[in-house]
Amino acid sequence: MKRNLTILLLIILAGMLLALAAGFTYGTPLASDMDDYFIRFGQAQIDTNNIVTTIVFDYRGFDTLGESTVLFTAVIGVSLMFRRFFGGEDDADE
Amino acid sequence: MQMSKIVRLSADIMYPFVVIFGLYVIMHGHITPGGGFQGGAVVATGAALVIVAYAFHDVKAMIPKILLYLQESGGLLLFIGAGLAGMLLGFPFFFNWLANSGSLFGTPIVPLGPNPGELNTGGFLPLMNIAVGIEVWGGLTLVILYMISGVGKEEY
Repeated sequence: MKRNLTILLLIILAGMLLALAAGFTYGTPLASDMDDYFIRFGQAQIDTNNIVTTIVFDYRGFDTLGESTVLFTAVIGVSLMFRRFFGGEDDADE
Repeated sequence: MQMSKIVRLSADIMYPFVVIFGLYVIMHGHITPGGGFQGGAVVATGAALVIVAYAFHDVKAMIPKILLYLQESGGLLLFIGAGLAGMLLGFPFFFNWLANSGSLFGTPIVPLGPNPGELNTGGFLPLMNIAVGIEVWGGLTLVILYMISGVGKEEY
């Protein structure tokens, strides 16, 4: 009973999302000021052809610093979890 | 447990091409699609290829672990250092202080509109791509190594 209610609720929510998405007109974004700026001035200001790299590393360079820090932290976390299996010291422990 | 000889030979032949393609993606990140993160992931895939083809237990001694640690830390430090170097010259943090300067990576060419591009442009974007590529190369290879070293071991 409770499970059926959950499924019904999920279906209703998905239908509402679909109805909401159908209301948008694709190809005409609501706000495109930043996109127009990047496309018009990016090539002249930074002198490269790849606008995506220009945005990621120059206009939004500080966000990329955060992204690199996240990767660094992830590697540290993995190495903390698996460190006893790696490097051969596990044989010495047992 | 090793794979068969065919798989090992294929891995031997494919490994340099995978690495060179990854380095190409890193180096041309400011011209063609791709960049530091994607290229580093491609190079790390080469390490995964060798580890899968040969047994991890056999290749464990060959892997320069300290080099991978240094790569991961040094890539991040190079990234931050390239951003900080602009501050020494009087620019804001993460200002593109090499673009249009005429020195390394600063050739002011670029006709606007679609063109094939030139490698020696982009200010510090290639530096950032190389830094992130080095970091992702070391980091993802370390993640692969650590995770495959735990396969089959019981939890304790």
